Amino acid sequence: MTQGLDQIFVTLQHWAVSHSPAAVQPAVSILLPVVGILIAFPALFAITTVLERKGLARIQNRYGPNRVGPFGLLQPMADAVKSLTKEDLVPRSADKLVHFLAPLLLVAAVFVEYAVVPVGRNMVLADMDCGVLFFFAAGAATEMSVFMAGWSSRNKYSLLGAMRAVAQMISYEAPLILSSIAVVMAAGSLSTVTIVEKQAGYSGFWPHWYVLTPWGLAGFVLFMIAATAESNRSPFDLPEGESEIIAGYLTEYSGFKFALFFLGEYLGMFAISALGITLFLGGWAAPFSFLTWVPSWIWFFGKLLVLIAVFIWVRGTLPRLRMDQLMNFAWKFMLPMTLMVIFSAGLWRFLPSGVLRWLICAAPIALLYVVLGRVLQTDRKIEKRVYRYAE
Amino acid sequence: MLGEGIVKGLAETARNFFGSYVEKDRLTTVQFPEERLPQAEAARVFPFLVYDTDDMEAGLRCVACKICEVECPPQCISIEKSTGKKPDFVGKPQFYPAKFEIDVSVCMSCQICVEVCPFEAIKMDTAFELSTDDRFGGLHWAKEQLSKPNEHYQKIHPTEAAEVDAERAEKKAKTAAAEAAKAAAEAAKAAAAKTETTETEGSAKQ
Repeated sequence: MTQGLDQIFVTLQHWAVSHSPAAVQPAVSILLPVVGILIAFPALFAITTVLERKGLARIQNRYGPNRVGPFGLLQPMADAVKSLTKEDLVPRSADKLVHFLAPLLLVAAVFVEYAVVPVGRNMVLADMDCGVLFFFAAGAATEMSVFMAGWSSRNKYSLLGAMRAVAQMISYEAPLILSSIAVVMAAGSLSTVTIVEKQAGYSGFWPHWYVLTPWGLAGFVLFMIAATAESNRSPFDLPEGESEIIAGYLTEYSGFKFALFFLGEYLGMFAISALGITLFLGGWAAPFSFLTWVPSWIWFFGKLLVLIAVFIWVRGTLPRLRMDQLMNFAWKFMLPMTLMVIFSAGLWRFLPSGVLRWLICAAPIALLYVVLGRVLQTDRKIEKRVYRYAE
Repeated sequence: MLGEGIVKGLAETARNFFGSYVEKDRLTTVQFPEERLPQAEAARVFPFLVYDTDDMEAGLRCVACKICEVECPPQCISIEKSTGKKPDFVGKPQFYPAKFEIDVSVCMSCQICVEVCPFEAIKMDTAFELSTDDRFGGLHWAKEQLSKPNEHYQKIHPTEAAEVDAERAEKKAKTAAAEAAKAAAEAAKAAAAKTETTETEGSAKQ
């Protein structure tokens, strides 16, 4: 029974393939999971938009949307109708082809990332040997699309936003990839499926997730910070800072193209959260050995929802960074920390297990954290500002 | 310590999030169409015409003096004087407005018409949900739409209405007293004249 429920989507796919004519069977077996991804994640996007608005509202002691449907849950429908009926404006001086292609490229690139995400046991579209690498390669196209949007709009705010976005995404890609390298080292594989399987075992009832090691915990936190910056979310939402550069590269987008950008950004956030789950949180594995009867895909989506909730929580808490703070944080804090995480992961690999290994691996990370905290703090002394000409 | 402030902030927002489900005091939002805050007594939106008794036509206080029409800064009031007269609240025959219109799309709610009216006939209403799908006719109110009973005035501005009512009652009593005195004087005069006549007649007989 539990086995059947766990593999229900796989069984359904096999059934559909076996009942289709032999000529189209390869196409069906590939396209069905694609359709599944195209339905599941945009549906999650619709739910997330309303939950995010309600969550942020509650953080600010408001009600949030509660008019459309029961508890405002049909709000995404209203938003979809609104964005479809809005005028699709293209600036006269815009590069029309690039302006049109940018949102499409973003959404396409983000969907490609899902190909290597195992959403359940035996549920992955493409089990590549270089899955993690493929994910980052596809993710790099999102930077491209953001820059296309900013450049083609021919608007100084759009271009500023795009420049910020590219600078930020490239800066944070380094710690993002370096923190996942620690996991790749520990698992000995770039395949996402293998990485999840390595974490699916249990010691007693305790799982073998990488987040439960000192380097894994630090790596996971660093990964999520870099992921927030990669998905352009608050507090790293400089590229689309409404109050500074009027929505940045989105300035000249309206109607359905804007909705596509919105969709692409959220899907990118889900994808990178899904990779974080795969690398550090055991993918579809249950958190305790006595909970393995719950279907694997429920665990995956449960973890994804928790990470989304954290994203929303952080968004509701932290104000936007300044550009120099953003860059300093990436290069002076994140990069050394991730390098230390890799070092710690190496130590972990060669030390015998025990409490001592825990302490030895945690010590360099904690030490570097404190030292960096002290050193970086001395940089930003608050002094009385002197105005050369005004006084 | 690096990151301490972030943890503090996260704790604060989490407290707000869960607190908003537990403590009702946190949610200060008034969900408007269902819930309403009481209006301030001095609230004002657009003017209306006050009438006494139940009969709108007979009880209208307005005497079509046109002061408000002249004083209105955006000139949104238009009045047409009647040809005939009708008695006012003290019984004195007065003109009345055959036509009284206010274009509320022009009105700026300045209350000057209310200040200048010597007959307490025009006052400010508090109704504010006035949207209409006809932006010309729907916002050009005629006498029938503008006229509201004195009870309505007493309800929306109780203190002010009580003052006006007292003043008017005093005026009415004064007029009645003056009339009574006048009538009495006339009666006395008539009586005196009668006596005089009798006396004259009497003397004529002699």
